[in-house]
Amino acid sequence: MADHLSEPFEKSAMTNEERVKTEREMRIQFIAFAFMIALTFLAFIAVGAEVAPPGFVISFIIFLAFIQLFLQLYYFMHLKDKDHGWANTFMVSGLVLSIPTVVALILIIGVVKY
Amino acid sequence: MVREAAHTLKKSLLWDLLTTVDHKKIAILYLIAGTLFFGKAGLMAILIRIQLMIPENTFVTGQTYNELLSMHGTIMLFLAATPLLFAFMNYLIPLQIGARDVAFPFLNALGFWFFFFGGILLSLSWFFGGAPDAGWTAYVPLSSRDYAGIGLDFYVLGLQISGFGTLISGINFIVTIITMRAPGMTLLRMPLFCWNSFITSILIVFGFTPLAAGLALLMLDRMFDGQFFLAAAGGNAVIWPHIFWIFGHPEVYILVLPAFGMISEIIPVFSKKRLFGYTAMVFATILIGFLGFMVWVHHMFTLNLGPITNSIFAILTMLIGVPTGIKIFNWLFTMWGGKLRFTTAMLCASSFVPTFVLGGVTGIMLAMSPVTHLYHDTYFVVAHFHYIILGGIVLGILGATYYWYPKMFGHCLNETLGKWMFWIFYIGFHLTFFIQHILGLIGMPRRVNVYLADQGWDGMNLISSIGAFMQGLAIILLLINVIYSAMKRPNHPVDDPWDGRALEWATHTPVPEYNFAQVPQVRSLDPLFYEKIHGDGTMKPSEPLADIHMPNGSFLPFMIALGSFIAGFGLIMKHMDAWINPYIVVVLGLLVMFGSMAVRSWKEDHGYHITKENVEAMEREALADERNR
Repeated sequence: MADHLSEPFEKSAMTNEERVKTEREMRIQFIAFAFMIALTFLAFIAVGAEVAPPGFVISFIIFLAFIQLFLQLYYFMHLKDKDHGWANTFMVSGLVLSIPTVVALILIIGVVKY
Repeated sequence: MVREAAHTLKKSLLWDLLTTVDHKKIAILYLIAGTLFFGKAGLMAILIRIQLMIPENTFVTGQTYNELLSMHGTIMLFLAATPLLFAFMNYLIPLQIGARDVAFPFLNALGFWFFFFGGILLSLSWFFGGAPDAGWTAYVPLSSRDYAGIGLDFYVLGLQISGFGTLISGINFIVTIITMRAPGMTLLRMPLFCWNSFITSILIVFGFTPLAAGLALLMLDRMFDGQFFLAAAGGNAVIWPHIFWIFGHPEVYILVLPAFGMISEIIPVFSKKRLFGYTAMVFATILIGFLGFMVWVHHMFTLNLGPITNSIFAILTMLIGVPTGIKIFNWLFTMWGGKLRFTTAMLCASSFVPTFVLGGVTGIMLAMSPVTHLYHDTYFVVAHFHYIILGGIVLGILGATYYWYPKMFGHCLNETLGKWMFWIFYIGFHLTFFIQHILGLIGMPRRVNVYLADQGWDGMNLISSIGAFMQGLAIILLLINVIYSAMKRPNHPVDDPWDGRALEWATHTPVPEYNFAQVPQVRSLDPLFYEKIHGDGTMKPSEPLADIHMPNGSFLPFMIALGSFIAGFGLIMKHMDAWINPYIVVVLGLLVMFGSMAVRSWKEDHGYHITKENVEAMEREALADERNR
């Protein structure tokens, strides 16, 4: 039993339907990637142009960062796909735990530094 | 003897233990290593109590005392309690959810060896210029390179390495519980021990990562001239306690939740009732796990963080009392009207409840930020957390030892010796720590090695020390019991001595390496008990008998962890007068480590199969054995 485990497959085991799906997935990945690059450019321009006040720029690029995070997790790391419920649960609970922690830490340490 | 399948039969015992990836054998390894570290740290506690027995004692010097108390705390939390709980988690999670092994057997072994070598590295500090001496919390600046010696280097690297092991095991348990449950074992039919271990594993993944980051920062500070925590160089010392307690508070729950789980398994069995409020217990556990991350500042109330911060964290801390209270009442209601049998396991489990309430009440007292300034750094705090850790976790582990010992080793522990052990331990424990509440309230500070006579502390300290000796005696009685019971064991192993309810009691004893010849079909919560009442007392199979695929044993986990140990020791050698360039040792260690990983990656290993005929033969032998009893 199970004698030929180390030998490569001769042809793909995917059905035609699955192959079409994979190709569509690939296209989505490229679009998401282009979108993310554009967002990064936007962030650089927002800082480099020095037209808006710093308070606005900071909140703007943090907003962009959240869009990036969403795209990265859901499109690049496949959290949007089926059967990713547990991965989603853990990612979200990690965020739910860490965001208040980090915010509290920044607030507290900001007050008592030195 | 077909019972051991062909592959393990060829190996000697030592080689088998060094290369095993079987969750049951790794559990035994954890149990042995954890017991050794527990004995060592317990001995340190006895030495501490000898020093404090009489005023102005000169039994040990102040420096040695600091090293003893730091190592006592560090070892007890990281290297004794954690592995002892991991031993039970490793042994029981696959059995209780009806799986053949954990999800990643190789990683399981790797986790154990990382923990083991991390512990060895930390313990080596005694032989190279002194153990860490800044407490188990290692606050900067006390632990920075200006004030602490080489012992702290051992602390940083030893904990880093053993922390890797803990993280790896945590991830492994999460994946096991999510993906490997038997058919019919829905999440809300899972035994409570599995649920609590699941939440614990999540806490490990979210809690040990900040610790790893903090230790990395401290390592950079101490070894590579970093300045994260040095106020003089623009760093900030307050960051360390924050990072440490963001890890440290969940760590308390990492330890206590599995103990809760053990209690929740033992009490229903010896009350002959199903657990009261199962669903409430599950959600209380989740809530405790969540709130555990939101309260870390209550360890730092006297750090002058401002009244708003303190009150927010004080209220959040008191909130934890709500889910914990739910659990306490559920245990009480499980016992209420039950057909109680007070075996040693049940004695430990039922006495856990009031002891833990005492620890919880002092916890609420300490959580009140205005009054906490009075208790701060006194023996009141020491009494509080020992009520949680000793009266909670250790009682849970002792109960679990008596309860699951027959499944692990095939024979029960002696009950008479067990009851002696329990009562000596229990009375000794309260003698030691109850009186420390009062000592703290009348002003005795913690972490001091001498005190003056005639302050009203002498008698109470003496009583406290006597209690500590009684606890030591109780643990010796447990060891005697282990040897005595092994010598007096019956010819045939016992299968189900307590009339158990969960799936682990449906396996043969000794448990065959594949656990279940056919993965069982689960029909209810407490599946075995359900079959005993509604079926014929055996689990129904969910699949036909077939070849069973098993993983091969491997020596690589040992080598990977050994490599990390050598590299860690090399880094510590930077501060020694070594005859060899420390970086040579570091590179050597990394080569061993990554070399072994490369071998693991490129060498194909498909495991092996236990054939259907072999499984049938093993099952026949086990059944014939059972009929002979």
